[in-house]
Amino acid sequence: MPRDLALALRSPAALAVQHRVPRAAAIALASLAIFAVLLLAAGKDPFRAYRDTLLYVFGNAYGFSELLVRMTPLLLTAVAVALPARLGLINVGGEGQLYMGAWLATAGALGCPDLPAWLLLPLMTAFGFAGGAIWALLPGLLRAAKLVNETISTLLLNYVAPLIVSFFIFGPWRSAESASYPQSPAFVEAARLPSFFGTRIHLGLIYGLACLALYGLVMSRTRWGLEMRAIGGNAEASLRLGIPVAGYVIAVMAIAGGIAGAAGMAEVSAIQGRLVAGLSPGYGFMGFLVAWLAGGSAAGILAMAFLFALFSSVGDILQITQGVPYAVVNLLMAVMLFIVLGQRRPSRSGA
Amino acid sequence: MSTPFAAAVLSSSVLSGTSLLYATLGELVGERAGIVNLGLEGIMLIGAAAGFAATSFAGNPYLGIAAAALAGMAGNLLLGYVVIGRGANQLAAGLALLFFGFGASTLIGRPFMGAIVTGLPRLALSELGAFDLLVWLALPAALLLWCLIFRTRWGLALRAVGEDPAVAFAAGRRPGQLQYQALALGGLLGGIGGAHLSLALAMTWDEGMTAGRGFIAIALVIFAKWNPLWAVAGALVFGAAEALQLQLQARGADVSPFLMTMIPYLLTLTILVFWGWSRRSAAPAALGRNFFGVE
Repeated sequence: MPRDLALALRSPAALAVQHRVPRAAAIALASLAIFAVLLLAAGKDPFRAYRDTLLYVFGNAYGFSELLVRMTPLLLTAVAVALPARLGLINVGGEGQLYMGAWLATAGALGCPDLPAWLLLPLMTAFGFAGGAIWALLPGLLRAAKLVNETISTLLLNYVAPLIVSFFIFGPWRSAESASYPQSPAFVEAARLPSFFGTRIHLGLIYGLACLALYGLVMSRTRWGLEMRAIGGNAEASLRLGIPVAGYVIAVMAIAGGIAGAAGMAEVSAIQGRLVAGLSPGYGFMGFLVAWLAGGSAAGILAMAFLFALFSSVGDILQITQGVPYAVVNLLMAVMLFIVLGQRRPSRSGA
Repeated sequence: MSTPFAAAVLSSSVLSGTSLLYATLGELVGERAGIVNLGLEGIMLIGAAAGFAATSFAGNPYLGIAAAALAGMAGNLLLGYVVIGRGANQLAAGLALLFFGFGASTLIGRPFMGAIVTGLPRLALSELGAFDLLVWLALPAALLLWCLIFRTRWGLALRAVGEDPAVAFAAGRRPGQLQYQALALGGLLGGIGGAHLSLALAMTWDEGMTAGRGFIAIALVIFAKWNPLWAVAGALVFGAAEALQLQLQARGADVSPFLMTMIPYLLTLTILVFWGWSRRSAAPAALGRNFFGVE
């Protein structure tokens, strides 16, 4: 047994993990340090913010549970990026796909309020998946037909989806009881995803972990994963080997969009309990960064989603205690991405 | 359609098209050197915030424009360092720049939320109407860039780098240096484009006020077939779409403002589809690919 263990530890994968964890921690700390300098330059107190965040998040069970709540949509939106990335596709449309999932799930919740929860929740999940899938299907089709690059089409559609949500909550779905604040009527109890332990941790976390595990399994253990990696490596050669490249592009984009849509469904059903305009503080975009920094590995996504949930809490704390807009955390995330990108040495192979 | 309505739409489309034109030109010059900058939206945001902040401080909108141009240039040089100096993936680096610009502009603009500045003064230089200086300079800027790209040795070298950096290198050019220069110029123009929004159009600063114009500008480069003169036409069409929507809203048209706000994005996508259909060969051949030197 010791010999097996030693062999396992010397395997490339184990070595990679041994080196990767301290390296990722160093990069995260360096990003926080640079972000602190930028905040100091703007006359804010980053150290107080970091201390407040740590006290809030790790000081008691509720604070920690809120971290997991933040992490839940990130797991899903990150898988929505990592899956197409295996084909060499860049899905930057997670934000729009999340909004469309939330929108269609709301249609289900408002349309069939009389169904029991065991029917209504699967229906809403399916609707949420479908909403996101439709929103990613269009870029997938355009890409497969070689008409429009998926990066630019998914980015553009991000701006359309929140407008559709706004149109409905200002118009057909506007709740009568809250005339001053545009939002849909509250969902019935059967349309709310269950939450656990008296916190806001909800079934969406299970969705996220299940999706992530499934993603890891499909990639490493199935023919689909192998063929997807082949397409990502060389689409032309894969086509000649008889792999249906266009079919993969369309199906994978739709599935990825559906996963982001499920995140939107979980947010409206478990957290908001109704459709509102400011549904997501950029979960779709953060999911992109999580997937990119994780290099597509399932374990990496889990770790990075946790880290980004922590970053996002720093943003909340800054906004609440020092009046710094939440959007400033984008700076922290960008700094981290820049550090990682800047580390990759120029290589002739071009990877 | 009454005459004042048509006139209002026309002058308003020139006004909203201007910021788009500067941004499109900024992206175009970088892409001619082979670098896609997906962070243009971030550059515009930084320009809008920096221009507004400098104008509030100094009380002079022209200083604001200068600050915006410099800030845009600095942002693009950051992208250049990561892409040219460190060989990073262009799309990922561009998106990092997008997030960077979004965060940085929020930090810069925060103290000036709700502030009001005297924006760029309108100058009645001809019969056409009274526009600010940047509007008057937009067409000359496009012409100048066209001359620079197609009628100078520098432009020839730049296009050579965009088509095949290895061949340009073999011919005695320095691809990296030319790409840095193109990105610097592009950042300058992108920053000005953002500042036109905050200093001439809205006269306020608001988080995320560019609302995707950076991405529309990237699409316009494709529409313009990487030619500055076509970019003028594209910017006018999109300016008109935005202007029509604003004028209809101002006149109380019975269409949801949310549906009308979608028009520019959907129009962009539609145009890209038709362009993808008709021709794809206009793009610089080495666009998006990094050059790591030759053996």
